[in-house]
Amino acid sequence: MLDFSLVTDFLPFMVKASWITLKLTLFSTIFGLILGLFVALMKISKVKIIRLIADFYLWIIRGTPMLVQLFLIYYGLPQVGIELSPMVAAVIALGINSAAYIAEIYRGGIMSISKGQIEAAESLGMSYFLQMRKVILPQALRISLPALGNQAIMMLKDSSLASLVTVSELLMVSQRYAASNYAFIEFYLVAAGFYLVMTTFFTFILNRVERRMSVSDM
Amino acid sequence: MKNIDNPIHKNLQEIMIEMVDVHKSFGELEVLKGIDITIKKGEVVSLIGSSGSGKSTLLRCINHLEKITSGNITVDNIHLNDNKTNIAHIKREVGMVFQQFNLFPHMTVLENIMVAPIHVLKRNKLEVEKEALELLGKVGLLDKKDYYPKKLSGGQQQRVAIARALAMKPKLMLFDEPTSALDPELVGEVLTVMKQVASEGMTMVVVTHEMNFARDVADRVIFMVDGKIEEQGCPKKVLTNPKSSKLAAFLGLKNNLEKVVN
Repeated sequence: MLDFSLVTDFLPFMVKASWITLKLTLFSTIFGLILGLFVALMKISKVKIIRLIADFYLWIIRGTPMLVQLFLIYYGLPQVGIELSPMVAAVIALGINSAAYIAEIYRGGIMSISKGQIEAAESLGMSYFLQMRKVILPQALRISLPALGNQAIMMLKDSSLASLVTVSELLMVSQRYAASNYAFIEFYLVAAGFYLVMTTFFTFILNRVERRMSVSDM
Repeated sequence: MKNIDNPIHKNLQEIMIEMVDVHKSFGELEVLKGIDITIKKGEVVSLIGSSGSGKSTLLRCINHLEKITSGNITVDNIHLNDNKTNIAHIKREVGMVFQQFNLFPHMTVLENIMVAPIHVLKRNKLEVEKEALELLGKVGLLDKKDYYPKKLSGGQQQRVAIARALAMKPKLMLFDEPTSALDPELVGEVLTVMKQVASEGMTMVVVTHEMNFARDVADRVIFMVDGKIEEQGCPKKVLTNPKSSKLAAFLGLKNNLEKVVN
Protein backbone atom coordinates (compact mmCIF):
# COMPACT_ATOMS: atom_id res chain seq x y z
CA MET A 1 0.00 0.00 0.00
CA LEU A 2 2.13 2.83 1.24
CA ASP A 3 5.65 2.73 -0.08
CA PHE A 4 7.97 5.17 1.59
CA SER A 5 11.02 3.67 -0.15
CA LEU A 6 9.94 5.77 -3.12
CA VAL A 7 10.48 8.90 -1.10
CA THR A 8 14.01 8.05 -0.01
CA ASP A 9 15.31 8.55 -3.53
CA PHE A 10 13.97 12.07 -3.47
CA LEU A 11 14.96 12.98 0.07
CA PRO A 12 18.07 15.00 -0.91
CA PHE A 13 15.87 17.15 -3.14
CA MET A 14 13.35 17.62 -0.37
CA VAL A 15 16.09 18.66 2.02
CA LYS A 16 17.27 21.18 -0.54
CA ALA A 17 13.70 22.43 -0.96
CA SER A 18 13.42 22.77 2.82
CA TRP A 19 16.46 24.97 2.72
CA ILE A 20 14.65 27.21 0.23
CA THR A 21 11.66 27.25 2.57
CA LEU A 22 13.92 28.33 5.42
CA LYS A 23 15.54 31.05 3.33
CA LEU A 24 12.15 32.30 2.21
CA THR A 25 10.98 32.38 5.82
CA LEU A 26 14.10 34.12 7.03
CA PHE A 27 14.09 36.85 4.39
CA SER A 28 10.36 37.48 4.72
CA THR A 29 10.61 37.62 8.51
CA ILE A 30 13.47 40.12 8.42
CA PHE A 31 11.60 42.21 5.87
CA GLY A 32 8.45 41.98 7.96
CA LEU A 33 10.26 42.91 11.18
CA ILE A 34 11.76 46.03 9.61
CA LEU A 35 8.68 47.16 7.72
CA GLY A 36 6.51 46.33 10.73
CA LEU A 37 8.62 48.60 12.91
CA PHE A 38 8.09 51.51 10.54
CA VAL A 39 4.36 50.86 10.41
CA ALA A 40 4.22 50.65 14.22
CA LEU A 41 6.07 53.95 14.59
CA MET A 42 3.72 55.49 12.05
CA LYS A 43 0.74 54.18 13.99
CA ILE A 44 1.86 55.94 17.17
CA SER A 45 2.91 59.12 15.41
CA LYS A 46 1.53 62.42 16.65
CA VAL A 47 0.89 63.46 13.05
CA LYS A 48 -2.57 62.41 12.01
CA ILE A 49 -1.87 61.97 8.32
CA ILE A 50 0.98 59.55 9.08
CA ARG A 51 -1.31 57.53 11.33
CA LEU A 52 -3.91 57.45 8.57
CA ILE A 53 -1.39 56.13 6.05
CA ALA A 54 -0.50 53.33 8.47
CA ASP A 55 -4.18 52.56 9.04
CA PHE A 56 -4.75 52.42 5.31
CA TYR A 57 -1.87 49.97 4.91
CA LEU A 58 -3.18 47.73 7.69
CA TRP A 59 -6.70 47.91 6.28
CA ILE A 60 -5.64 46.78 2.82
CA ILE A 61 -3.18 44.09 3.88
CA ARG A 62 -5.29 42.53 6.59
CA GLY A 63 -8.50 42.80 4.60
CA THR A 64 -7.37 40.86 1.53
CA PRO A 65 -6.06 37.30 1.15
CA MET A 66 -2.31 36.93 1.06
CA LEU A 67 -2.60 34.72 -2.00
CA VAL A 68 -4.32 37.51 -3.90
CA GLN A 69 -1.54 39.89 -2.90
CA LEU A 70 1.05 37.36 -4.00
CA PHE A 71 -0.63 36.87 -7.39
CA LEU A 72 -0.89 40.62 -7.86
CA ILE A 73 2.81 41.02 -7.18
CA TYR A 74 4.03 38.06 -9.21
CA TYR A 75 1.53 37.89 -12.06
CA GLY A 76 0.13 41.41 -11.98
CA LEU A 77 3.21 43.62 -11.74
CA PRO A 78 4.80 42.40 -15.01
CA GLN A 79 1.80 43.95 -16.75
CA VAL A 80 3.09 47.37 -15.67
CA GLY A 81 6.65 46.47 -16.48
CA ILE A 82 7.86 45.23 -13.09
CA GLU A 83 9.11 41.68 -13.31
CA LEU A 84 10.21 39.97 -10.15
CA SER A 85 11.71 36.56 -9.64
CA PRO A 86 9.36 34.12 -7.89
CA MET A 87 11.50 34.22 -4.77
CA VAL A 88 11.56 38.03 -4.57
CA ALA A 89 7.83 38.24 -5.23
CA ALA A 90 7.17 35.72 -2.47
CA VAL A 91 9.43 37.51 0.02
CA ILE A 92 7.67 40.82 -0.68
CA ALA A 93 4.20 39.33 -0.38
CA LEU A 94 4.97 37.42 2.81
CA GLY A 95 6.90 40.40 4.21
CA ILE A 96 4.28 43.09 3.66
CA ASN A 97 1.68 40.72 4.99
CA SER A 98 3.42 39.79 8.19
CA ALA A 99 4.52 43.42 8.66
CA ALA A 100 0.88 44.30 9.21
CA TYR A 101 0.61 41.83 12.07
CA ILE A 102 4.10 42.50 13.38
CA ALA A 103 3.32 46.22 13.52
CA GLU A 104 0.45 45.55 15.90
CA ILE A 105 2.68 43.33 18.03
CA TYR A 106 5.30 46.06 18.30
CA ARG A 107 2.65 48.66 19.02
CA GLY A 108 1.31 46.56 21.87
CA GLY A 109 4.85 46.28 23.23
CA ILE A 110 5.48 50.00 22.93
CA MET A 111 2.16 50.87 24.58
CA SER A 112 2.96 48.61 27.51
CA ILE A 113 6.05 50.62 28.45
CA SER A 114 5.14 52.75 31.45
CA LYS A 115 4.81 56.49 31.08
CA GLY A 116 7.42 56.87 33.78
CA GLN A 117 10.07 55.36 31.51
CA ILE A 118 9.36 57.96 28.86
CA GLU A 119 9.33 60.77 31.42
CA ALA A 120 12.64 59.63 32.86
CA ALA A 121 14.18 59.52 29.39
CA GLU A 122 12.70 62.92 28.58
CA SER A 123 13.95 64.47 31.80
CA LEU A 124 17.44 63.24 30.91
CA GLY A 125 17.21 65.33 27.76
CA MET A 126 16.75 62.46 25.31
CA SER A 127 15.22 63.28 21.96
CA TYR A 128 12.26 61.28 20.68
CA PHE A 129 14.58 59.25 18.49
CA LEU A 130 16.97 58.52 21.34
CA GLN A 131 14.14 57.61 23.70
CA MET A 132 12.89 55.12 21.14
CA ARG A 133 16.30 53.66 20.43
CA LYS A 134 17.66 53.39 23.94
CA VAL A 135 14.68 53.09 26.24
CA ILE A 136 11.40 52.17 24.59
CA LEU A 137 12.20 49.81 21.74
CA PRO A 138 14.68 47.59 23.63
CA GLN A 139 12.01 46.96 26.25
CA ALA A 140 9.15 46.73 23.76
CA LEU A 141 11.04 44.18 21.67
CA ARG A 142 11.58 41.95 24.65
CA ILE A 143 7.92 42.13 25.55
CA SER A 144 6.98 41.41 21.92
CA LEU A 145 9.34 38.48 21.53
CA PRO A 146 6.92 35.60 22.21
CA ALA A 147 4.35 37.02 19.80
CA LEU A 148 7.03 37.73 17.19
CA GLY A 149 8.17 34.12 17.51
CA ASN A 150 4.65 32.90 16.77
CA GLN A 151 4.62 35.17 13.78
CA ALA A 152 7.85 33.63 12.48
CA ILE A 153 6.40 30.14 12.83
CA MET A 154 3.28 31.22 10.96
CA MET A 155 5.54 32.63 8.29
CA LEU A 156 7.28 29.29 7.92
CA LYS A 157 3.96 27.63 7.27
CA ASP A 158 2.65 30.42 5.06
CA SER A 159 5.77 30.19 2.94
CA SER A 160 4.17 27.11 1.34
CA LEU A 161 1.92 29.54 -0.55
CA ALA A 162 5.00 30.45 -2.58
CA SER A 163 4.61 27.09 -4.32
CA LEU A 164 1.80 28.75 -6.27
CA VAL A 165 4.21 31.21 -7.88
CA THR A 166 6.74 28.52 -8.83
CA VAL A 167 9.21 28.93 -5.98
CA SER A 168 10.71 25.47 -5.66
CA GLU A 169 10.23 25.29 -1.93
CA LEU A 170 9.24 22.23 0.05
CA LEU A 171 5.58 21.97 -0.86
CA MET A 172 6.16 22.70 -4.54
CA VAL A 173 8.81 20.00 -4.80
CA SER A 174 6.77 17.48 -2.83
CA GLN A 175 3.80 18.15 -5.07
CA ARG A 176 5.87 17.51 -8.16
CA TYR A 177 7.25 14.18 -6.93
CA ALA A 178 3.94 13.12 -5.47
CA ALA A 179 2.25 13.54 -8.81
CA SER A 180 4.96 11.96 -10.91
CA ASN A 181 5.18 8.91 -8.64
CA TYR A 182 1.51 8.77 -7.86
CA ALA A 183 2.43 8.61 -4.16
CA PHE A 184 0.54 11.51 -2.63
CA ILE A 185 0.22 10.25 0.91
CA GLU A 186 3.89 9.35 1.14
CA PHE A 187 5.29 12.60 -0.18
CA TYR A 188 2.83 14.89 1.60
CA LEU A 189 3.32 13.07 4.89
CA VAL A 190 7.07 13.43 4.56
CA ALA A 191 6.64 17.10 3.64
CA ALA A 192 4.46 17.60 6.72
CA GLY A 193 7.18 15.90 8.76
CA PHE A 194 9.77 18.28 7.38
CA TYR A 195 7.62 21.27 8.27
CA LEU A 196 7.08 19.87 11.73
CA VAL A 197 10.80 19.43 12.28
CA MET A 198 11.43 23.03 11.20
CA THR A 199 8.69 24.57 13.35
CA THR A 200 9.82 22.51 16.33
CA PHE A 201 13.36 23.72 15.81
CA PHE A 202 12.10 27.32 15.59
CA THR A 203 10.12 26.94 18.79
CA PHE A 204 13.12 25.48 20.57
CA ILE A 205 15.37 28.37 19.51
CA LEU A 206 12.76 30.93 20.47
CA ASN A 207 12.29 29.45 23.90
CA ARG A 208 16.02 29.61 24.49
CA VAL A 209 16.20 33.23 23.36
CA GLU A 210 13.23 34.20 25.51
CA ARG A 211 14.71 32.58 28.56
CA ARG A 212 18.03 34.33 28.04
CA MET A 213 16.35 37.69 27.58
CA SER A 214 14.32 37.35 30.75
CA VAL A 215 17.22 36.41 33.00
CA SER A 216 18.79 39.80 32.88
CA ASP A 217 15.96 42.17 33.46
CA MET A 218 12.47 43.33 34.28
CA MET B 1 23.46 71.04 59.66
CA LYS B 2 21.36 73.56 57.89
CA ASN B 3 22.00 74.75 54.44
CA ILE B 4 21.05 78.22 55.32
CA ASP B 5 24.17 78.33 57.45
CA ASN B 6 26.28 77.09 54.59
CA PRO B 7 28.35 79.98 53.21
CA ILE B 8 27.70 78.84 49.68
CA HIS B 9 24.07 79.83 50.10
CA LYS B 10 24.77 83.30 51.30
CA ASN B 11 25.05 86.27 49.00
CA LEU B 12 23.94 84.23 46.05
CA GLN B 13 21.24 86.42 44.73
CA GLU B 14 21.18 85.04 41.23
CA ILE B 15 17.84 83.62 40.20
CA MET B 16 17.45 80.00 39.08
CA ILE B 17 13.72 79.71 38.59
CA GLU B 18 11.20 82.44 38.07
CA MET B 19 7.53 81.64 37.69
CA VAL B 20 5.08 84.43 36.95
CA ASP B 21 1.34 83.90 37.12
CA VAL B 22 1.57 80.26 36.05
CA HIS B 23 -1.69 78.54 35.26
CA LYS B 24 -2.16 74.92 34.29
CA SER B 25 -5.38 73.15 33.40
CA PHE B 26 -6.08 69.56 32.50
CA GLY B 27 -9.16 69.99 30.33
CA GLU B 28 -11.74 71.70 32.51
CA LEU B 29 -9.82 71.15 35.69
CA GLU B 30 -7.57 74.00 36.71
CA VAL B 31 -4.72 72.56 38.76
CA LEU B 32 -2.49 75.62 39.07
CA LYS B 33 -4.27 78.91 39.61
CA GLY B 34 -1.68 81.61 39.27
CA ILE B 35 1.65 80.72 40.85
CA ASP B 36 4.44 83.26 41.40
CA ILE B 37 7.70 81.85 42.70
CA THR B 38 11.30 82.99 42.55
CA ILE B 39 13.97 80.48 43.52
CA LYS B 40 17.57 81.54 43.92
CA LYS B 41 20.61 79.58 42.90
CA GLY B 42 21.63 77.19 45.63
CA GLU B 43 18.30 77.40 47.37
CA VAL B 44 16.57 74.25 48.64
CA VAL B 45 12.81 74.54 48.50
CA SER B 46 10.31 72.05 49.85
CA LEU B 47 6.89 71.97 48.27
CA ILE B 48 4.30 70.58 50.63
CA GLY B 49 0.56 70.21 50.55
CA SER B 50 -2.10 67.52 50.46
CA SER B 51 -2.57 65.42 47.34
CA GLY B 52 -4.37 67.29 44.61
CA SER B 53 -2.96 70.63 45.75
CA GLY B 54 -0.95 70.90 42.53
CA LYS B 55 2.55 70.58 43.99
CA SER B 56 3.66 67.74 41.71
CA THR B 57 2.18 69.45 38.68
CA LEU B 58 4.03 72.62 39.58
CA LEU B 59 7.28 70.67 39.80
CA ARG B 60 6.66 68.96 36.47
CA CYS B 61 6.06 72.31 34.78
CA ILE B 62 9.58 73.41 35.65
CA ASN B 63 11.18 70.91 33.27
CA HIS B 64 8.32 70.97 30.82
CA LEU B 65 6.99 67.48 31.53
CA GLU B 66 3.76 69.42 31.75
CA LYS B 67 3.11 72.33 29.47
CA ILE B 68 1.71 75.35 31.24
CA THR B 69 -1.56 76.86 30.07
CA SER B 70 -0.55 80.46 30.66
CA GLY B 71 2.06 82.51 32.46
CA ASN B 72 5.83 82.52 32.28
CA ILE B 73 8.59 80.26 33.52
CA THR B 74 12.28 81.12 33.27
CA VAL B 75 14.91 78.59 34.27
CA ASP B 76 18.52 79.74 34.49
CA ASN B 77 17.63 82.76 32.35
CA ILE B 78 16.19 80.58 29.63
CA HIS B 79 12.62 81.23 28.76
CA LEU B 80 10.52 78.08 28.84
CA ASN B 81 8.19 78.84 25.98
CA ASP B 82 7.42 76.72 22.98
CA ASN B 83 10.89 77.15 21.54
CA LYS B 84 12.16 73.60 21.08
CA THR B 85 15.83 74.49 21.49
CA ASN B 86 15.10 76.13 24.82
CA ILE B 87 13.09 73.18 26.07
CA ALA B 88 15.77 70.68 25.03
CA HIS B 89 18.37 72.86 26.70
CA ILE B 90 16.44 73.07 29.94
CA LYS B 91 15.79 69.35 30.04
CA ARG B 92 19.53 68.76 29.96
CA GLU B 93 20.11 71.26 32.75
CA VAL B 94 17.36 70.10 35.06
CA GLY B 95 17.63 66.73 36.76
CA MET B 96 14.55 64.93 37.97
CA VAL B 97 13.97 62.17 40.49
CA PHE B 98 10.62 60.40 40.45
CA GLN B 99 8.50 58.72 43.09
CA GLN B 100 8.64 55.43 41.18
CA PHE B 101 12.40 55.70 40.45
CA ASN B 102 11.85 54.95 36.75
CA LEU B 103 15.21 53.32 36.24
CA PHE B 104 15.61 51.65 32.88
CA PRO B 105 15.05 47.95 33.66
CA HIS B 106 16.99 46.63 30.67
CA MET B 107 20.19 48.42 31.66
CA THR B 108 22.58 47.77 34.51
CA VAL B 109 23.03 50.37 37.22
CA LEU B 110 26.14 51.71 35.52
CA GLU B 111 24.47 51.81 32.09
CA ASN B 112 21.52 53.67 33.59
CA ILE B 113 23.86 56.38 34.80
CA MET B 114 25.97 56.54 31.65
CA VAL B 115 23.36 56.45 28.91
CA ALA B 116 22.35 60.11 28.94
CA PRO B 117 25.81 61.73 29.28
CA ILE B 118 27.08 59.56 26.43
CA HIS B 119 24.16 59.86 24.05
CA VAL B 120 22.65 63.22 24.97
CA LEU B 121 25.78 65.19 25.84
CA LYS B 122 27.92 63.12 23.44
CA ARG B 123 30.69 62.90 25.99
CA ASN B 124 33.64 60.56 25.99
CA LYS B 125 32.67 57.14 27.31
CA LEU B 126 35.71 56.60 29.52
CA GLU B 127 35.34 59.98 31.21
CA VAL B 128 31.65 59.36 31.76
CA GLU B 129 32.36 55.96 33.24
CA LYS B 130 34.89 57.41 35.63
CA GLU B 131 32.40 60.02 36.83
CA ALA B 132 29.60 57.47 37.01
CA LEU B 133 31.70 55.27 39.28
CA GLU B 134 32.47 58.28 41.47
CA LEU B 135 28.77 59.08 41.70
CA LEU B 136 28.00 55.48 42.60
CA GLY B 137 30.60 55.67 45.31
CA LYS B 138 28.97 58.82 46.58
CA VAL B 139 25.54 57.19 46.87
CA GLY B 140 27.19 54.11 48.36
CA LEU B 141 26.37 51.63 45.61
CA LEU B 142 29.65 51.05 43.86
CA ASP B 143 29.40 47.30 44.49
CA LYS B 144 26.04 47.22 42.70
CA LYS B 145 27.24 48.75 39.46
CA ASP B 146 26.62 45.66 37.32
CA TYR B 147 23.26 44.78 38.87
CA TYR B 148 19.96 45.19 37.07
CA PRO B 149 17.53 47.52 38.85
CA LYS B 150 15.07 44.79 39.77
CA LYS B 151 17.71 43.20 41.98
CA LEU B 152 17.93 46.34 44.11
CA SER B 153 15.75 47.52 46.97
CA GLY B 154 13.60 50.60 46.47
CA GLY B 155 16.02 52.74 48.45
CA GLN B 156 18.95 51.55 46.38
CA GLN B 157 17.03 52.15 43.15
CA GLN B 158 16.21 55.67 44.21
CA ARG B 159 19.84 56.36 45.05
CA VAL B 160 20.81 55.14 41.58
CA ALA B 161 18.13 57.41 40.13
CA ILE B 162 19.67 60.36 41.96
CA ALA B 163 23.12 59.42 40.64
CA ARG B 164 21.67 59.10 37.14
CA ALA B 165 20.24 62.61 37.32
CA LEU B 166 23.48 64.01 38.78
CA ALA B 167 25.51 62.45 35.97
CA MET B 168 24.07 65.06 33.64
CA LYS B 169 25.66 67.73 35.86
CA PRO B 170 22.37 69.56 36.25
CA LYS B 171 22.09 73.08 37.55
CA LEU B 172 18.86 72.26 39.28
CA MET B 173 17.37 69.07 40.71
CA LEU B 174 13.67 68.34 41.02
CA PHE B 175 12.45 65.63 43.38
CA ASP B 176 8.87 64.40 43.04
CA GLU B 177 8.01 62.64 46.31
CA PRO B 178 11.27 60.71 46.21
CA THR B 179 10.58 58.69 49.35
CA SER B 180 6.84 58.10 49.08
CA ALA B 181 7.15 54.70 47.40
CA LEU B 182 9.70 53.42 49.90
CA ASP B 183 9.33 51.18 52.90
CA PRO B 184 9.83 53.31 56.02
CA GLU B 185 13.20 51.74 56.87
CA LEU B 186 14.57 52.74 53.44
CA VAL B 187 13.59 56.41 53.59
CA GLY B 188 16.63 57.41 55.61
CA GLU B 189 19.27 56.29 53.12
CA VAL B 190 17.64 58.33 50.34
CA LEU B 191 17.26 61.41 52.52
CA THR B 192 20.92 61.15 53.49
CA VAL B 193 21.94 61.28 49.84
CA MET B 194 19.60 64.20 49.23
CA LYS B 195 21.04 66.09 52.18
CA GLN B 196 24.50 65.53 50.79
CA VAL B 197 23.46 66.86 47.39
CA ALA B 198 21.94 69.90 49.08
CA SER B 199 25.07 70.52 51.12
CA GLU B 200 27.08 70.68 47.92
CA GLY B 201 25.14 73.74 46.86
CA MET B 202 22.68 72.22 44.42
CA THR B 203 19.49 74.14 43.79
CA MET B 204 16.71 71.75 44.72
CA VAL B 205 12.94 71.73 44.56
CA VAL B 206 11.53 68.85 46.55
CA VAL B 207 7.93 67.76 46.68
CA THR B 208 7.81 65.81 49.90
CA HIS B 209 5.78 64.51 52.79
CA GLU B 210 8.94 64.24 54.89
CA MET B 211 8.55 67.15 57.28
CA ASN B 212 11.89 66.30 58.84
CA PHE B 213 13.60 66.84 55.52
CA ALA B 214 11.74 70.10 55.04
CA ARG B 215 12.73 71.24 58.52
CA ASP B 216 16.37 70.13 58.45
CA VAL B 217 17.42 70.75 54.88
CA ALA B 218 15.12 73.20 53.15
CA ASP B 219 15.81 76.93 53.07
CA ARG B 220 12.20 77.58 52.32
CA VAL B 221 8.94 75.72 52.59
CA ILE B 222 6.09 76.43 50.22
CA PHE B 223 2.68 75.16 51.25
CA MET B 224 0.14 74.75 48.48
CA VAL B 225 -3.61 74.52 48.71
CA ASP B 226 -5.92 74.03 45.76
CA GLY B 227 -3.49 75.22 43.08
CA LYS B 228 -2.30 78.28 44.95
CA ILE B 229 0.47 79.12 47.36
CA GLU B 230 -1.13 79.33 50.78
CA GLU B 231 1.94 80.11 52.83
CA GLN B 232 5.70 80.11 52.47
CA GLY B 233 8.76 80.97 54.44
CA CYS B 234 11.67 79.66 56.43
CA PRO B 235 10.87 76.15 57.69
CA LYS B 236 11.53 77.00 61.32
CA LYS B 237 8.78 79.59 61.32
CA VAL B 238 6.36 78.08 58.90
CA LEU B 239 6.40 74.56 60.26
CA THR B 240 6.19 75.41 63.92
CA ASN B 241 4.13 78.55 63.92
CA PRO B 242 2.10 78.74 60.74
CA LYS B 243 -0.08 81.73 60.00
CA SER B 244 -2.48 79.77 57.85
CA SER B 245 -5.00 77.60 59.63
CA LYS B 246 -4.95 75.22 56.67
CA LEU B 247 -1.22 74.69 57.11
CA ALA B 248 -1.71 74.16 60.82
CA ALA B 249 -4.31 71.53 60.06
CA PHE B 250 -2.04 69.94 57.45
CA LEU B 251 0.78 69.75 59.96
CA GLY B 252 -1.58 68.39 62.57
CA LEU B 253 -0.62 71.03 65.10
CA LYS B 254 -2.95 70.51 67.95
CA ASN B 255 -3.82 73.92 69.29
CA ASN B 256 -3.98 75.44 65.86
CA LEU B 257 -6.22 72.62 64.81
CA GLU B 258 -8.64 73.56 67.52
CA LYS B 259 -8.60 77.08 66.19
CA VAL B 260 -9.71 75.74 62.84
CA VAL B 261 -12.45 73.65 64.32
CA ASN B 262 -13.85 76.47 66.40
